[in-house]
Amino acid sequence: MSKDWPLWEVFVRSKGGLSHRHVGSVHAPDAEIAVRHARDTYTRRMEGVSLWVVPSAQIIASDPAEDGPMFEPAEDKIYRHPTFYNIPDGISHI
Amino acid sequence: MYTAELQKTARIASTEDPDKLAAFEARVAADEFIEPKDWMPEAYRRTLTRQISQHAHSEIVGMLPEGNWISRAPSLRRKAILLAKVQDEAGHGLYLYSAAETLGTSRQEMIEALHSGKAKYSTIFNYPTLTWADIGAIGWLVDGAAIMNQVPLQRTSYGPYARAMVRVCKEESFHQRQGYEIMMHLAAGTVEQKRMAQDALNRWWWPSLMMFGPPDENSPNTEQSMRWRIKRDTNDDLRQKFVDITKPQADAIGLNVPDPDLRWNEEKGGHDFGEVDWDEFYAVVKGEGPVAKERMKARRDAWEQNAWVREAADAYAQKQIRKREAA
Ligand SMILES: [Fe+2]
Ligand SMILES: [Fe+2]
Ligand SMILES: [Fe+2]
Repeated sequence: MSKDWPLWEVFVRSKGGLSHRHVGSVHAPDAEIAVRHARDTYTRRMEGVSLWVVPSAQIIASDPAEDGPMFEPAEDKIYRHPTFYNIPDGISHI
Repeated sequence: MYTAELQKTARIASTEDPDKLAAFEARVAADEFIEPKDWMPEAYRRTLTRQISQHAHSEIVGMLPEGNWISRAPSLRRKAILLAKVQDEAGHGLYLYSAAETLGTSRQEMIEALHSGKAKYSTIFNYPTLTWADIGAIGWLVDGAAIMNQVPLQRTSYGPYARAMVRVCKEESFHQRQGYEIMMHLAAGTVEQKRMAQDALNRWWWPSLMMFGPPDENSPNTEQSMRWRIKRDTNDDLRQKFVDITKPQADAIGLNVPDPDLRWNEEKGGHDFGEVDWDEFYAVVKGEGPVAKERMKARRDAWEQNAWVREAADAYAQKQIRKREAA
């Protein structure tokens, strides 16, 4: 049985000024073909103006088992949000 | 302000392909975004690199006057808030350095330019923070002025800069509110506390107005920058807007804006206000601010004293590579 082509993660910029967003992945033997496959797979309906592909093996992800220690510390820091502060009515632009 | 042409580049005759230049100008005029891999005129690249890196430097140096008060905040609540704000400013510096790097200048080059005194940053951070009320005044006025400048930059023509500004603006709102809250409490406190708040407003008002940069008639790069959508409002327009918005906020908590010429002008639908001391501004730009030397020394010391952390991380990474090779 022959092996799968390597996997590539696909990112699409939906319109000028926005950042690329992850949309999915494709298999391809090299970067150039990965871009073509990404175009045919993910932008058939003008979904984007620019494409990025990145070898999936190059993506380093945070460890799901460590989600707690990783993200929970932000939970109780409600003072990072503007709604934490009471500004009386009638004072505007703040 | 953070970005107001603190250095000027000599205009050089363009030797660029006129067709490419015309196509670029048309894209920008149509409010399209320019991305790192797009063709752009050299002067556009240079102007943006300078503007974004100055903005980044300002965020980083801006941590110093406030950092000064973290260990002396009057309560645990205030301390946690101030710490979170200063941490945000570090983040803003990082977003902006990253955006500037997409134009082809390395982080190392930018940091060296700051530390050698070659690069400029906002003049506001060369004033000292003498009392706790200064932390209130900075959040309210300095972050307030920064917001005023940064909101229109969310639509600046360079994509990575515009996107960095979107993140920054989302985070700035709490900065201003926590500052105003401090002022509000002091102004409603004892006679002494109120005097402290007024004194802070007295000292920070004019430097805050200077943050918008020199008056339009002395801002020769404005026209080009507006045409390229690098800048979306003139310095004087933003300054006027700031005065109009901030004056009522001062009134609401019983503080007086220290400007005898400040009054509502019904006809123009805005305030008239006194002349900024531009000699002081230019002196501070040149590095003669009250604590300019102290600020740069603090930056350089932090960089040098923490070199071992960078070196240890490098050594560890090298060790991992050797381990993998041996395996
Ligand atoms: Fe900031
Ligand atoms: Fe800022
Ligand atoms: Fe801020």
